[in-house]
Amino acid sequence: MSIEVRKLCKKFGDFVALDGVDLQVSSGALLALLGPSGCGKTTLLRLIAGLERPDSGQVLFAGEDATARDVRDRQVGFVFQHYALFRHMTVFDNVAFGLSVKPRASRPGKDEIRERVMALLKLVRLDWQANAFPSQLSGGQRQRIALARSLAVEPKVLLLDEPFGALDARVRKDLRRWLRDLHDEIHLTSVFVTHDQEEALEVSDTVVVMNRGRIEQTGSPHEIYEQPSTAFVTQFLGDVNLFHGRIEQGRLSIGPYDHALQDVADSDSAVAYVRPHDLEVTRVAEGALAQGRVAHIHAAGPLVRLELLRDEGAAIEVALTRERYRELGLAPDDLVYVTPRKLAVFPGAPDYVI
Amino acid sequence: MSVSVFSAREPAWVRRVLISVVLLFLGLFLLLPIGGVFQQAFSQGWTAYATALSDDDALNAIGLTLLVVLITVPLNVAFGIAAAWCIARFEFRGKSLLTTLIDLPFSVSPVVAGLMMVLLFGIHAPVGGWLATHGFQVIYALPGIVLASAFVTFPFVARELIPLMQSQGADEEQAALVLGASGWQTFRRVTLPNIRWGLLYGVILTNARAMGEFGAVSVVSGHISGLTMTLPLHVELLYNDYDMVGAFACASILTLLALLTLLARSLVEWRQNRPVDVAAHVSPVRTSPGASLQQKVGSLQ
Repeated sequence: MSIEVRKLCKKFGDFVALDGVDLQVSSGALLALLGPSGCGKTTLLRLIAGLERPDSGQVLFAGEDATARDVRDRQVGFVFQHYALFRHMTVFDNVAFGLSVKPRASRPGKDEIRERVMALLKLVRLDWQANAFPSQLSGGQRQRIALARSLAVEPKVLLLDEPFGALDARVRKDLRRWLRDLHDEIHLTSVFVTHDQEEALEVSDTVVVMNRGRIEQTGSPHEIYEQPSTAFVTQFLGDVNLFHGRIEQGRLSIGPYDHALQDVADSDSAVAYVRPHDLEVTRVAEGALAQGRVAHIHAAGPLVRLELLRDEGAAIEVALTRERYRELGLAPDDLVYVTPRKLAVFPGAPDYVI
Repeated sequence: MSVSVFSAREPAWVRRVLISVVLLFLGLFLLLPIGGVFQQAFSQGWTAYATALSDDDALNAIGLTLLVVLITVPLNVAFGIAAAWCIARFEFRGKSLLTTLIDLPFSVSPVVAGLMMVLLFGIHAPVGGWLATHGFQVIYALPGIVLASAFVTFPFVARELIPLMQSQGADEEQAALVLGASGWQTFRRVTLPNIRWGLLYGVILTNARAMGEFGAVSVVSGHISGLTMTLPLHVELLYNDYDMVGAFACASILTLLALLTLLARSLVEWRQNRPVDVAAHVSPVRTSPGASLQQKVGSLQ
């Protein structure tokens, strides 16, 4: 079932959580709402679920206005960050809950409930834990049970609020892949909230980046990463170096460095954002964007990370391959030059919000 | 569970002295008086004890006390759950004022509480007068005693549940709602099981206090023999009449109830604090039941 959100606004006291958000989620999509804490992503999710009421705006399910529909009648599955499993019930009873509270007329029989619950527990690979209590499960297992519980009522939409937020790094990675596979299997329209850009880019097929109650950019993970449309998105999606300059007649100039741009208006102050791995390190001054002395070398890991200190004291972060690092034969305090392979330029002062 | 590191470092003689002081204090101020009550009650043998208790006035007092408890406890359970729900689950203007108001009965002297009831519901007061003309007497009758007892025991359940419900959060209830449960189903199948031990604890405290309340009830009761005398009032009456066996026989009933309450309380606490338990949930923010409450009650009784 598709979801559409129109001009959704929500305030908590004086705090504007959502400021006129429009969003389309096509049927069967797996969409990530990505943003820093307080950007309104969880509020948006809760508004879609019906756990909060909007101040204004509309929520549509399959083209039908569902804004006034009660949370019970929205047929959504909701997975909470901290699982929210019923602590006094067994795993089986947790998963069976949604079925057992149905009105007598539409409630399946005992045997059917058992069958469906066991099938779901198999789906999340935890059928052997049916009689355990939530407190006896690990975090990853609890979250899988929470997912099974939300799927038991056959929701039309699955909403996940920071589903992996409370788990440790390894379990998180496993569960991420597992959720992706599960989605490929059941094709349920799903929206999940995360503040982890890696998670959003890896799991979803559409990423929506939010900031201060507004949507900054919507696109595929590739688009978002390769063509960030705002300075905020660029900064939020990973480490980035900032170079201040200006734009004149369609050309960016930062000191002696000069670079042709397309479709950018002239501006007295512009900022070029370059990711550490998009910087080429050379010992040749010609055509370089900046120069600096090697302050630190972190050689552990697949890439070698350098920290260069510019004359005015600002640091530049560079990531280069081991081969290139050996080729250059870098040592601390060497003077080197950097040229960008790829940069994103936005006019105006940088937006420090993170 | 854990031995205090601090006390373990004290020299042996300090520990011995401290323990002796505590034991002496306990013996002198707790065990000796309790023993005294039973000793006095049985001073003239079992038959005198039995006669004193089977006296009509004594039986009426016991009956009335039980009746008051039977009305007061459910009343305050309903109120306590409603108030705790309200405070733990919703944000609204005046919430902290409401929280403070719930504590009011703890800080008002029970006698003053009784007087307030008389001021409000006495025959000459507007509310009481109006009720009296419609044939409903509050003061010097059962309704007054119930009101006074309810007022005094008003905070116990709510105070017990508010921190518990706050620490548990509303996630489970919201999960139930999303799964399609009605408000009542959510309450009965999710909220109630989660708070049951805290609730029981509050009920036990309410029960104990309602049975033993003297000050507030004394003001509104009117001391009508066989009609508005609760057990504590009856004890006082007998005592003033120099009927020592009667007074202490009734007092022994109250004492026994207090001991039973204590036992029930420890059982509930033990049940609540069991580390790995299928029914008692394991939550990281587990506070000792009624830790703050016990201090308050302790300073009042």
